[in-house]
Amino acid sequence: MRLELGKVFIKDMQFSDQTMVKDGTLYINKQELLNAISGDDRIQHIELDIAKPGEATRIMPVKDVIEPRVKVEGPGGIFPGVLNKADVVGSGKTNVLKGAAVVTTGKIVGFQEGIIDMSGIGAEYTPFSKTCNLVITCTPIDKLQQHEHEQAIRFIGLKAANYLGEAARNVNPDETKVYETLPFAEGIKQYPDLPKVAYVYMLQTQGLLHDTYVYGVDAKKIIPTIIYPTEVMDGAILSGNCVSACDKNPTYNHCNNPVIEDLYERHGKDYNFVGVIITNENITLMEKERSSNWTAKLAEFLSLDAVIISEEGFGNPDTDLMMNCKKISAKGIKTVLITDEYAGRDGASQSLADADKAADAVVTAGNANEVIELPAMKKIIGYTEPADTIAGGFAGSLRPDGSIVAELQVITGATSELGFNKLSAAQL
Amino acid sequence: MIKIVHYINQFFAGIGGEEKADIKPELREGIVGPGMALKAAVGNEAEIVATVICGDSYFNENLETAIKEILEMVKKYNPDLFIAGPAFNAGRYGVACGTICKEVQDKLGIPAVTGMYIENPGADIFKKDVYILSTANAATGMRQAVPAMAKLALKIVKKEAIGTPAEDGYLPRGIRKNLFREERGSKRAVNMLVAKLKGESFETEYPMPDFDRVAPNQPVLDIAKAKIALVTSGGIVPKHNPHRIESSSASKFGKYDIAGVMDLTEEAYETAHGGYDPVYANLDADRVLPVDVLRDMEKEGVIGELHRYFYTTVGNGTSVANSKKYAAEIAQELIKDGVQAVILTST
Repeated sequence: MRLELGKVFIKDMQFSDQTMVKDGTLYINKQELLNAISGDDRIQHIELDIAKPGEATRIMPVKDVIEPRVKVEGPGGIFPGVLNKADVVGSGKTNVLKGAAVVTTGKIVGFQEGIIDMSGIGAEYTPFSKTCNLVITCTPIDKLQQHEHEQAIRFIGLKAANYLGEAARNVNPDETKVYETLPFAEGIKQYPDLPKVAYVYMLQTQGLLHDTYVYGVDAKKIIPTIIYPTEVMDGAILSGNCVSACDKNPTYNHCNNPVIEDLYERHGKDYNFVGVIITNENITLMEKERSSNWTAKLAEFLSLDAVIISEEGFGNPDTDLMMNCKKISAKGIKTVLITDEYAGRDGASQSLADADKAADAVVTAGNANEVIELPAMKKIIGYTEPADTIAGGFAGSLRPDGSIVAELQVITGATSELGFNKLSAAQL
Repeated sequence: MIKIVHYINQFFAGIGGEEKADIKPELREGIVGPGMALKAAVGNEAEIVATVICGDSYFNENLETAIKEILEMVKKYNPDLFIAGPAFNAGRYGVACGTICKEVQDKLGIPAVTGMYIENPGADIFKKDVYILSTANAATGMRQAVPAMAKLALKIVKKEAIGTPAEDGYLPRGIRKNLFREERGSKRAVNMLVAKLKGESFETEYPMPDFDRVAPNQPVLDIAKAKIALVTSGGIVPKHNPHRIESSSASKFGKYDIAGVMDLTEEAYETAHGGYDPVYANLDADRVLPVDVLRDMEKEGVIGELHRYFYTTVGNGTSVANSKKYAAEIAQELIKDGVQAVILTST
């Protein structure tokens, strides 16, 4: 499967009377976009804003971040099984508005959701302070249940990204990158002497508001399976969660999965990157055993020599991470893990809720309990009141002057366990 | 001028070896033994006002008395800084240095620093509590150890930022600190993978801790007579969360009276937990904290009684160290109240 990813670089975003890309600026017709995303009677009002890098703007509580993409050639459309038919995606040509993002916010869904600061210290921790963001603030109807609320907003975000992505359809990309993974047997023949490597991609599936979708299927109902890395780039996997926002993968991160990108970089040189095993993080012991048995079985089936395993979330999924590591290692397959840490505000606690001696090669994305002070911002998109109650906040997090003191947990994407950032932690 | 009290053993004080290891603590004005090198190292910034000497056997065999005596001596001088050793690989001396440094820090609030060899038994016990400079395994390393120890100690007393163990020479304390690395995490993972495949050396960013696995207790012999308590990390609290237990990384636990409460209703209870969908817990908190069922069992004589209080916190993102601390406090109260068994519910 071969995908050409055409990047159209976006440096600015403006509302205009026509939606189009011109000289690196994404112009957006507000009304047309509103028409494209409206119609859900669970939402009574939608507000659109633009937030750009460097502005004194705070967006919260953030639910999802999505990159606008469009399929130019090849089967299917972006977000298969959700907005488009369930065709197998990942081949042909896809154009991306690189530097643009859709951010969904609005009334708090639960205790969930995160913060994006476009400038100041908080901006250093979130990847989405570097993108031009089209921010959608949705006001739900009264007494809408949380999971209905989450679903309504999820679809509005995806529709907006789909609408904006169309603007890239007829634009010549500034840069094109080709990714290719051969059918397994051919791939082995291509590099017979290189060690075979795959990526074990753990998806957050702890339940309502903690869900991930694969071709539209709720991933807690899947048995671990194999997909081509390029399918992910066309939106085969998308986020339905925003709980403890620091280490949940927004849809943006799924499409731009850095483990996949970086594994491709050295493919054919240091190893043969044969594919991706996706698995879930369900809540019962039997489900955990079943899924980890299957990842290990698939790793063996593919005759792998080594895998990278990435976690999503913390606590309960730490056990899934360790089970995957232990069982795959027991097959004689080498493992490298990516996680983040909950070592307490003072950093003195054990960081994970589980441990295993097989986990001897671990990359950490930082201690999410570490406390950070976010200065007041001139403009707020959304609501700051939930600062005291979102995961990572505490009584008094929101100060009278509008500044926020809270754990790093509150920042969207700060401790991404896909290894999206440079943040890490070390032993002192 | 920063005032220092220095602690050394009988050997470094020149009193004697093993045969003198039982000498009681004694206080001398000014400098003794390695204090000379320490004085040179701190220069004009600090002054060693007194030296406490104690035999290693005496300290370890009369722990409580020795600590009390030494703390009294230190207190008299009201120093800004306490330095012990360095102890190199001398086991009992190392344990004494670590113990007294921790006591001085905790009881007197005075920063303390010591130095020892990484394999000194005192290093493993105290590295989390006290800055321990990493030294050679024998006193021949004195010339390198003392200036480094002095430098670190002055940094601490002046509240300057302490660098990494590699930068400032102390033994890693197991404290996790955030930093930005050169490459993003995914790239580091790929690099580590390639190193592992090639059999080259690599350094894990998170060494696995010794995991604390708890063996289950003996079963309750007569459940029909047992007083049973409910404890949860599922965040069930009285409506509006009166003590504002955090939705994640809880800094406290709550204790609530359920005398006469037969059922946790939607009007009176909810969850503070931010890690799961709260809809069903809020509709009926018994789903997480089964008061209703236990009341039935109480009535039917299946259990003796349900304890009058339940304890609750939020497990979501709460560090293991904090969880242990809350558990220890809760367990003590439960034992005091004559509770024989606990049902722990998690989410």
